[in-house]
Amino acid sequence: MTTRVIKVDALARVEGEGSLRVRIKDGRVKELQFGIFEPPRFFEAFLVGRDFREAPDIAARICGICPIAYELGAIQAMEDALDVQVPQPIRDLRRLIYCGEWIESHALHVYLLHAPDFLGLPDALQLARQDRELVQRALRLKKIGNDILEVIGGRPVHPVNLKVGGFYRVPTRRELLRLADDLKWAVEETLATVRLVAGFDFPPLEQDYTFVALRHEDEYAIQEGRLVSNKGLDIPVRAFLDHFDEEHVRHSNALHGTMKAVQTPYKVGPLARYAINHDKLGSLARQAAGAAGLGAVVRNPFQSIVVRAVELVQACVDALALVERYEPPEAPAVPVEPRAAEGHGCTEAPRGICYHHYRLAEDGSILLARIVPPTAQNQKIIESDLRKVVEAHLDLADQALQWRCEQAIRNYDPCISCATHFLKLTVERE
Amino acid sequence: MAETRRPKLAVWKFSSCDGCQLSLLDCELELLAVAEAVEIAYFLEATRTVGKGPYDLSLVEGSITTPHDVQRIGEVRRQSKLLVTIGACATAGGIQALRNFKDIKGFIDRVYAHPEYIEALATSTAIADHVTVDFELRGCPINKNQLLELLSALLNRRKPNIPTYAECIECKTRGTVCVMVAKGEPCLGPVVQAGCGNLCPAQGRGCYGCFGPLGNLPNTAALTAQFAAMGMDRRDIQRRFRSFNANAQAFRKESEAYDD
Repeated sequence: MTTRVIKVDALARVEGEGSLRVRIKDGRVKELQFGIFEPPRFFEAFLVGRDFREAPDIAARICGICPIAYELGAIQAMEDALDVQVPQPIRDLRRLIYCGEWIESHALHVYLLHAPDFLGLPDALQLARQDRELVQRALRLKKIGNDILEVIGGRPVHPVNLKVGGFYRVPTRRELLRLADDLKWAVEETLATVRLVAGFDFPPLEQDYTFVALRHEDEYAIQEGRLVSNKGLDIPVRAFLDHFDEEHVRHSNALHGTMKAVQTPYKVGPLARYAINHDKLGSLARQAAGAAGLGAVVRNPFQSIVVRAVELVQACVDALALVERYEPPEAPAVPVEPRAAEGHGCTEAPRGICYHHYRLAEDGSILLARIVPPTAQNQKIIESDLRKVVEAHLDLADQALQWRCEQAIRNYDPCISCATHFLKLTVERE
Repeated sequence: MAETRRPKLAVWKFSSCDGCQLSLLDCELELLAVAEAVEIAYFLEATRTVGKGPYDLSLVEGSITTPHDVQRIGEVRRQSKLLVTIGACATAGGIQALRNFKDIKGFIDRVYAHPEYIEALATSTAIADHVTVDFELRGCPINKNQLLELLSALLNRRKPNIPTYAECIECKTRGTVCVMVAKGEPCLGPVVQAGCGNLCPAQGRGCYGCFGPLGNLPNTAALTAQFAAMGMDRRDIQRRFRSFNANAQAFRKESEAYDD
C-alpha cells in the first residue's frame, strides 16, 4: 500500500497566495484542498459607513489586475440604487475601458502566466530566450490594453477617472483615435494568438459543468446583462443572492460559491461566457474559434487558454469599433443625488462574474456591502477539476503531477487577492 | 566570455491587491531589459522558479496582517542586502489598515460565517514597523516610471531620483489649473507626496492621497480648516484622510482630530 502526499506551499504565476494539498491512498484521492491563505482584508466591513461615491475607488483596491471590474460593479450598483441612467457615449466609454482591462489581463495570462505550462517552461522569461519576438509581441498586446486604461482612466492599476454617474473628464475624439492603429495591429495579432495556442497539447478532461455568465441581447456581455446558465437559469442581477450562496470552509480564507437550489458548484469565466454567448461573438472571433477546432461549447478547462485568446480577438474588435465611432458625451457625468436605497451590480471580470450589493442610508452612507468575486465562485470547481486531474495522472511522478495540478489551477487564472478572500500544494500518497 | 554575476532580485508579497508587483510586469517595453540586467530569483506572480537567497534586492509589496507575516518579513530581511517597500500597503498599511481604527472582531464577524477559522492580527501595519527598510516607494499603486528609476539607480549604485515634494508642484510643472481654487474641489495635493504624475487634478478631480503624506510634517490642519471653510462636514473631512494611507502617522493624527 502506498501513500503519496503532494504539497505546494505557494503557487506561482497566479495573483495572490494559494496552496494545494492532495492525499492519495491506493490510487484514489482521499483528500484534496485548494486553499487560499491570502490574508483577509475585510472590504465589506470597512465599506460600511463610507460615502457611496467612495465605493468605486475603495473596491478597486481589492484587485490590482482587474480594478475596472470592481469600480464598475460598485458604480453600477449605486446607479441601480439611485435610479441613474447614463447616456450611450458614457456606456460606450465604460465598455471600452473594460475591453482594455480584458486585453491587459488576458494577454498577461495567456502568454506570461499560462502558455509556459504548455511549453514546459517555468516562465515567460525563459520563453523570451527561445522566442524573444513572440514575447515582445505579447507585451505589446498587453500594453495596448493598458494604453486604453491610461487614456480613459489615467493609469492601468486603479484608474482614477471613473465615478458614479460617469467620468470626471472624458477623452477627446483625437485622444481615442490615437489608439486605432495599435488596435488594428492587435486584431491581427490576437488572431495569430488563437492559432498559436490552438496548437498546444491539451490533457483530456471534461466535466458537465454548470456555466453561469452574463448575457446581453446586443453584444458579448461584459458590463451588463442577465445572469444566465446552461441549465435553465435566467434571472436579473438583482436576484443573485436568491440563487447563489457562499460557504465558509476551514481551509480557505475565500468563501466558496454554490448554487442554492441544487447545492452544486458552478463555473464562471471564459468557458462559461463562451458557452452562454457563443452566438454573440462577432464574425472574426467566431471564425477564429471554429478554425481553432472549438465547438459552440468547450468543456475541457485546459482549452480555456484558447477561449481566452478568442475573447482577446473579440475585445480588440470591440475596442476598435468603439474608438472609431466615439463622439464625446455632452457632459462627462450625469448628476446623482443620494437617498435611502438598495442596489445591485454585476459585470464580467476577466475571470468571471463579479457581483456587488449595497444598501444606502438617506445621506448616501453605505449601510451594507456585499461583493462576490469570480475566483471565490470557482473554488469548488477548481477542486473538482483537480480531483479528476490527479486521478487521471497517478502514473506521473510527484514533481510532474504537481506541475500538472498547478497548470489545472492556472486554467482559472485565479485571482486570489480578489478571492480573499493563493497556492500551497501538498500531495500525500498513502 | 564569463558572465559577470547579475544582482539577484526577489519580489515578496504580503497583504495587498498585487497591483504594485503587477506594475513591474506593466513595464512592457522595459521588462525584458530588466530581466537581463538582474537575475529574477524569486517572483511568484511571474515564475515558478525559486532561487535561493541571499538576495541583492528585495521588493516588498503588502502590509503585515497575520502572525505568520511577522515571522516571514524577518526572514525576508535576513535574506536581503537591500529591502525596498513598494506601495501604500507596504509603506503605510494600506486600505486594510482601516481595521486599526475599529474592532477587528466586528470585521471578521461581518465577513465570515466561522470567525474561528480566521487568523488575523488586530492591525495592518507598514513593513518599516517590523524591520529596517532601505527605501520606500510610495503610491496606491506605485508609478512604474519611479520603479524603473529605482531599479536603474540601485543597479548603477546611485541615489534614486524620487521627488519628495508636494503633489501641488506637479500641478505647477504641468500647468494644471488648481482644482480647489478654480472649482472648489477638495484636494489633498498640498499635503500629499508627488509621484503619480498629476493624475487626478489633470482630470479635474481633487487628489485623494494615493502617495501618502508629505515627508516633513505636512500642514494638514491648515488644509482641513480650508475644507471646513468650503463647507465640508467633519465626517467628510475625516473620510479624506482615512483611505489608502490612513495609518501613515500624519494622516492618522489628522483624522483622529475628527473623531467625534
